[in-house]
Amino acid sequence: MKKLMKGNYALAEGAIRAGCRLFAGYPITPQTEILEYLSSHMAEAGGTFVQTESELAGINMVIGAAAAGARAMTSSSGPGFSLKQEGISYLSSMEVPAVIVDVMRYGIGLGNVVLGQADYFQVTKGGGHGGYKVPVYAPASVQENADFVFKAFDTAEAYRTPVIILSDAAIGQMMGSVELPDPIEHDINKFDWTLKGRDARHPTGRKMTDVIYYDYAFDDYDPHIRARYAKMHDELQEWEEVETEDAELLMVAYGISSRVCKEAVRLARGEGIKAGLLRPITLWPFPEKAMTKFNGRIKGYLSVEMNACGQMVEDVALHAGGTKVYSDPTGRKVADSEDLVALIKDILAGKIEEVF
Amino acid sequence: MAITKQIPDTIFAANSFCPGCGHGIVIRLIAEVLDEMDLSDRTIGVLAVGCSCLVNRTLAVDLMQSAHGRATAAAAGIKRTRPGNLVFTYQGDGDAISIGIAETLYSAQRDEKITQIIVNNGVFGMTGGQMSPTTLVGQRTATSEKGRNSEINGDPVNIMKLLSQFNTAYLARGSVHDAANILKTKQYIRTAFELQMRGEGFTCVEVISPCPTNWHMTPDQAVERIANEVLEVYPLGEFVKGEHQK
Repeated sequence: MKKLMKGNYALAEGAIRAGCRLFAGYPITPQTEILEYLSSHMAEAGGTFVQTESELAGINMVIGAAAAGARAMTSSSGPGFSLKQEGISYLSSMEVPAVIVDVMRYGIGLGNVVLGQADYFQVTKGGGHGGYKVPVYAPASVQENADFVFKAFDTAEAYRTPVIILSDAAIGQMMGSVELPDPIEHDINKFDWTLKGRDARHPTGRKMTDVIYYDYAFDDYDPHIRARYAKMHDELQEWEEVETEDAELLMVAYGISSRVCKEAVRLARGEGIKAGLLRPITLWPFPEKAMTKFNGRIKGYLSVEMNACGQMVEDVALHAGGTKVYSDPTGRKVADSEDLVALIKDILAGKIEEVF
Repeated sequence: MAITKQIPDTIFAANSFCPGCGHGIVIRLIAEVLDEMDLSDRTIGVLAVGCSCLVNRTLAVDLMQSAHGRATAAAAGIKRTRPGNLVFTYQGDGDAISIGIAETLYSAQRDEKITQIIVNNGVFGMTGGQMSPTTLVGQRTATSEKGRNSEINGDPVNIMKLLSQFNTAYLARGSVHDAANILKTKQYIRTAFELQMRGEGFTCVEVISPCPTNWHMTPDQAVERIANEVLEVYPLGEFVKGEHQK
C-alpha cells in the first residue's frame, strides 16, 4: 500500500526496514528529519538511536556498531558531512560496511540550508584522506529514498565498503507517495569477520584495523586496493535513460535536477527536439558504460546540477570521448524546464560554447 | 617456595614497547584479569592511535583500531550492538584527554556500559614526546623545551575530576611504578570489568605510567619521578565506587 511521506522520513523508515539497528547522528538542516524520525522509531524496532555530541562521535559509533556486525547508519549535510570523512576513510581502510547519508545543502563553508547539489566532488572523489572510493547512490524521488537504503546496505556488505546515499534538500523535504519495502531482519553474526569475541578460527582474536597492517604483504596491498576498486567500478554502475534512443542531445543530471530534466525532455520532444536524459544512479562509479553508447553519436551532453561552477560536468567530460560537453550549473536556483528547452535549442543551433 | 611468573594465556606474543615502558605492565594486568574472569572469548577491545596500536600484536582478544580520539564512541557502538560482551578501550592521555576529550566525557555522560582504560604518561609517546594535556607544569617535552608554562599552556588536566561530574559506575586511578601499586591497579581493572559485566554503567581506570624514552630518563629514574612528582598532581585511588545512581 502506498503512503504519502516526506523524503527524509521515507529514507529513515527505509533504514529500519533494511535492518539498520544503530543510528548515531547530529542535527543539521536539511537532514534533521532523519534524526527526528529515528529518535522515536528506532527503539520501537529494537534498535539503538544515539544523538551524539558531534558528527565525529556519530560516525565512529557507527564504525563500532558495523564492526560488531550491525547494519548501522549516520546522516548529515554539508559541513557536518565534512566531519564524517575521516571516519569514512577508516571504514574504507578497515573494509567495514556502513551507510552514510548526505542530504546536500548549498555552498562552501557554512553555506546555506537552501536547496543545492554542492557535495558531488566531496563524495565521489574521496573527500577524506588516502585515496579511497565509495559507491554513491543518488535518489531522485521519495520512493528511491526508501529503496536505496536497501541497495546501499546490500552493496556495502557485498563489497565490504562504506556506501554513501547522496540525497538533497529537495528530495529530502518533498512529500511523495512511497511503497515501503518489506522489512528484513539482519543477523549480526552473518559474517565471520565481525567482532564478536575470539573463537577457534581466530585463536588470538580478530584484529580489525587498516588491512595494510595484517591482511596483505607489502607487495600485495596496492594490487589489492586497485583490484577492489576496479571490481566496484566495473560491477556497480547504474543509470536511468529517458528518450535516449534517437537523442541528439543528452542532458546528464541526478537528484532534484534530473526531475526537472525529465520534464524538459517531455517539453522538448513536444516541440520535435530530440533531447534525452542520462540520469546517473551511481555517481561513483560514474555510469561511463552508458556514455560509451552515445559518444560520437550525439551532438553533445548538457550537464545540469545545482552548484556554482559545475562539479559532475568534469566526470561527464572525462568519459565523453571527445563529444562536446555543455554545462548548466544552476547555482541556488532549481533548473527550469522551459529555460532548459531554450538552452537546448541554442546549443543545437551552435549558439552556446561547449565547456569541454 | 619458588615463585615463577607465568605469561597470561591472553598474551600471544611479546610486546614491542620500549624498555621501562608501563604499557606492557598494563596489558599484562588486563590479560591476567581476563584470564581470571574467563572472559577472553567474550572481550572486544578498541585501541587508540599512538603507542596503543602496538597492543594489536600482543593481546589475544578481538581488537579494533579506532580513529584518533574516538575509541569510546566506537566502543559504545560495539557494546550497544553486543551488550553481552566485555568492551573496553585502551587509550593514551593524548588520545583520550586531548583530541578525544569530547568522546571521553560524553561516553561518561551517557553512562555507556564500557570500560575506558587511559594510560597516562604525560606525553605523546608515539610521535616522540610532545606535550600532552597531562604534562606537568615545568615538564620539558619536545613542544615545551623550557618546561610547560601554565600561562601559555594552562594547567594539566585531571580527567578523574572531570569525569566525576557525571553519574558513572566506577572511576579509579592507579599507577604501575611499583609492585604494590601494580597489584592495586590490577584490582581496579578487575572491579571495572566486573561492574561492566553486571551492567552497571561507565567505568574508567586511569593508569599513571612511565615513559623513560620520552622523559629522557632511565627506567629507574622514571619510576622515581612518578613517586616523587607525578602522584602529587595525580593522586591515586578509587573516586567513584558503588554510589552510581541508575
